[in-house]
Amino acid sequence: MEFLFDTATPLGWFIVKTLVILGFVVVLLISLAFLLLADRKIWAAVQMRRGPNVVGAFGLLQSFADFLKFVLKEAVIPAGVDKPIYALAPVLTLVTAFIVWAAIPVAPGWVIADLNVGILYVLAISSLGVYGVILGGWASNSKYAFLGALRSAAQMVSYEIPIGLVFVTVILLSGSLNLTVIVEAQAGGFWHWNALALSPITLVMFPMMVIFFIAALAETNRPPFDLPEAEAELVAGYQVEYSSTFYLLFMIGEYLNIVLMCAMIAILFLGGWHAPFDFAPFTWIPPVLWLAIKIGFAFFMFAMVKALVPRYRYDQLMRLGWKVFLPLCLGAVVLVAAWVTFAQGGG
Amino acid sequence: MNRVLQFIRSLFLIEFIKAFGLGLRYFFKAKATLNYPFEKGPLSPRFRGEHALRRYPNGEERCIACKLCEAVCPAQAITIEAEPRDDGSRRTTRYDIDMTKCIFCGLCEEACPVDAIVEGPNFEYATETREELFYDKQKLLDNGDRWEREIAKNLELDAPYR
Repeated sequence: MEFLFDTATPLGWFIVKTLVILGFVVVLLISLAFLLLADRKIWAAVQMRRGPNVVGAFGLLQSFADFLKFVLKEAVIPAGVDKPIYALAPVLTLVTAFIVWAAIPVAPGWVIADLNVGILYVLAISSLGVYGVILGGWASNSKYAFLGALRSAAQMVSYEIPIGLVFVTVILLSGSLNLTVIVEAQAGGFWHWNALALSPITLVMFPMMVIFFIAALAETNRPPFDLPEAEAELVAGYQVEYSSTFYLLFMIGEYLNIVLMCAMIAILFLGGWHAPFDFAPFTWIPPVLWLAIKIGFAFFMFAMVKALVPRYRYDQLMRLGWKVFLPLCLGAVVLVAAWVTFAQGGG
Repeated sequence: MNRVLQFIRSLFLIEFIKAFGLGLRYFFKAKATLNYPFEKGPLSPRFRGEHALRRYPNGEERCIACKLCEAVCPAQAITIEAEPRDDGSRRTTRYDIDMTKCIFCGLCEEACPVDAIVEGPNFEYATETREELFYDKQKLLDNGDRWEREIAKNLELDAPYR
């Protein structure tokens, strides 16, 4: 039996990797269920509501009840849709949302694919995610869905540029495209983290984190940049014609992307799995939990923004992306490059 | 100057930080909502909910089939048929309320000379089919038996204002 799990043989390697991936997906989905609930609870709390609290203690099982509801509902496929593409779009969203996680290191050595261009991979695959939205909106054969998809595509393409430039600053600082190396470069207490380091470059990197956060809101179509699904005008944007399991796949994919962005904030700026203090009581907590805490914090910010900020107008959104973030990020790249070359004497 | 101030405010996300502080304050405030199915708000004695036909304490039904409620009903939701009973008293043989037509105006209970048809305090009678909302005499009498205590108390409390 042991030869099945011997990673030296191709078969063993395949089996072990498959099990690891399955385990990771299950853990992701379950934590996603609770993050979804947390999202709704935080939103409710800011509005002085209770939020879902009936299914299970404190409504803890609400997401599972919703899951069952979505799966058991009738899948309505409207007449006039392009069926193969209509069915492909949510699957594409979900699959791209999942495969990005392959490159995310969750603890020392705990990464499915330790790519030496991990950060590029993340950027590339999350860009592919926009195809799910475009195809879904196009294939639905509906005005609302189509307008939503157009908006979404323009928005995601625009905000990928600031995100890419923010990535560049982090890459310059860490000198590597490998996410594991980027995290390791921030070892040893929060005064070594990219966004909080005790050095002048923090004056650039902390705003970079804020810009990344805001761009991530736009990239994941979250409020205040939820124009693609603006309830007031487009009903639900590109998801209008989707129901049942198809809609569920879209939703899981979308929230997975949000959690991914939270994870990227934690990894790039908040020291990944490192404890904020590198001595006794803090180092007892396992690294993976530290990452989870940081992701949770970033997600809390996402949820608070949703509860607080009114939606942007479309021209304001584009102005922010192209006229504010792009110059700021370009300036930051120059500053960080100069810092790395002249102050650190390397690069 | 104003524009410079505005620029600084938006650059440092002052408005957002303020909103965040406000949001956090509300986050920890007591909830304004009721925990509905477990916790219910107060109802006025005049609350007009589900209909009921009442009985006298000796078990005799109050309704004398005067058909005033049927006549006054603006939605024409009430249908009544009447015949003299074996003991010679005039009673309804049919008393139907179509709850899908009813607008809960309360004119039927205003019109009733013997306080037979009333609108009780119950508002949680949702059904899964439309047919279940076509109430007949038996259903209305059952409602009366079930809610008699609350209905009697409400009528007593409201009497001084009528």
